[in-house]
Amino acid sequence: MSVLDAGAALPEGLAAIAQDFTSLPTRERLTLLLEFSDELPELPERYQGHPELLEQVEECQSPVFLAVEVEGADGSVAAADRQVRLFFQAPAESPTTRGFAGILHAGLDGLTVGEVLAVPDDAPFRFGLKEAVSPLRLRGMVAMLARIKRRTRAGAAGQLGGG
Amino acid sequence: MPMPFDETSTFADYAHPGRLVSTEWLAASLDSDRHGALVVVESDEDVLLYETGHIPGAVKVDWHTDLNDPVVRDYVGPERFAEVLGERGIGRDTTVVIYGDKSNWWAAYALWVFTLFGHPDVRLLDGGRAKWVAEGRPMTREVPTSAPVDYPIVQRHDAPIRAFKDDVLAHLGRPLVDVRSPGEFSGELLHMPDYPQEGALRGGHIPGARSVPWARAAAEDGTFRSRAELEAIYLTEQGLSPSDEVVAYCRIGERSSHTWFVLTHLLGFEHVRNYDGSWTEWGNSVGVPVEVGSP
Repeated sequence: MSVLDAGAALPEGLAAIAQDFTSLPTRERLTLLLEFSDELPELPERYQGHPELLEQVEECQSPVFLAVEVEGADGSVAAADRQVRLFFQAPAESPTTRGFAGILHAGLDGLTVGEVLAVPDDAPFRFGLKEAVSPLRLRGMVAMLARIKRRTRAGAAGQLGGG
Repeated sequence: MPMPFDETSTFADYAHPGRLVSTEWLAASLDSDRHGALVVVESDEDVLLYETGHIPGAVKVDWHTDLNDPVVRDYVGPERFAEVLGERGIGRDTTVVIYGDKSNWWAAYALWVFTLFGHPDVRLLDGGRAKWVAEGRPMTREVPTSAPVDYPIVQRHDAPIRAFKDDVLAHLGRPLVDVRSPGEFSGELLHMPDYPQEGALRGGHIPGARSVPWARAAAEDGTFRSRAELEAIYLTEQGLSPSDEVVAYCRIGERSSHTWFVLTHLLGFEHVRNYDGSWTEWGNSVGVPVEVGSP
C-alpha cells in the first residue's frame, strides 16, 4: 500500500489548506506556497537570539529551526487536550522551506496535543505539491512534521523545559 | 543575432571570456535590448526563490521540474527541451544569460544542460543572484509574458561533456576531480554537510580522485577567481593539464557543473566531462571500487 492510500483525515484547518492547493492548477500552487512563505510569523522575542531553544530540522537543505510549546503542562488539563503552539525560523533565501513551515503553522498552531499527534505522517503529500516542487524537496516538510509530533509528544509528557 | 560580449577586462584572461557577463554588463544590456536578442534565465536550488523576486524580465528554469525527466533519472529529451525554451521566448540564436543562488551551482548546471543540447550562446552572470542583490540592483515579482518562439528539436549530444558510470569505470587511472567537501571525500560523511537527505550506502571517493572542493574556484562574493588563481589550484597544485581528459563529479552533478565550467570555459580544458550520476549513483552501486581516507 502506498503512503498516498493512507486514510486518516487531516485536521480541519490543514484539510482546508490542502483543498485550496489541490483546486489550483500546478503552476498557481507555487504562488499560494509563496503566500504561506510570506506570511510565516516572525519568531517571538523570547526566542530571538536563543538558538539553543530551537531545534534544527536537519533534513532540510536550508537552515530551518522550530520550537514547540505545549500549554497547560501544569496538570490542569488532560494531556491530550493541551494546546500546542508552533514557532519557526527560516531564512528569506529559502522560500520553499518557509512555505512548508507556513502551511504547518497555519494548519496546526493552536490545535490540541491529541489533534497534532493524529495528523497523518503523509500529510505533506496531500497538497498537490509533488508536481510543483518535486518529491525530493517535499522530504523537508515530512521531516518538519515528524519533529513537530515528536516534540509535541515530549512536551505533553512534560519533558520539555519552559512549557 | 547574438549580443556583444562583455569586454570587462578581468574576463579577458579567461579561455572563453564570452561565457561570462558582469552585473554591470547585464544591467546595461537589459536597458538597451529592444529586440529580444537576450533572455535572462534564473536557475535556483530553491524552486520558489524566483517568485520572491528576480531580475526584471528574467524567466525561470527549474533544474528539477524543467530539466530532469519526471520518470527516468535523466535529462529531458529534445522535444521537452524545445518546449521549455520556446515557451520562454528563447530561440536557437538567442543569447541566454543564466544566474542563480548558491554561487551559481544551479545556474552552471542549467548551462551545462543547455550545452548538452548545443545551445550556441549561453553565458553565466558572474557572482550570480547574490551579487546582483548585494549591489542593490532592481528585483521584481512581476513575471514577464514571453511571446513563444519555435525552438528547434535538437538531439542531446551527451558524449563530449557527460560521463556515465561505465565511462568512469573505463576512465579509472586518469584524472578525476571530486568537488565535494573534504568530509564527503574521506568517507566520514555520507552526504553534504547540511544536506543529509540524499544518502549513499557507502562513503568515500572514486579511486584516484583528487579532492578539489568546488568553492575553491569562487571568491567571497561568489564571482570566479582570476585565471592566475585558478591555474595555481588546478595546474600547479593538482598537476592537471588543459589537454588532459578529466571527469568531475560531486553528489548529483550540480557542484561539479560549476567546476566543469571553470575547467572548460575559464581554463580552456578541452576534454572535461561531468559525471552527473556522481556519488548518489557511485556510492549506491554494487561492486564498484571505493577509496576512503583524506587526500
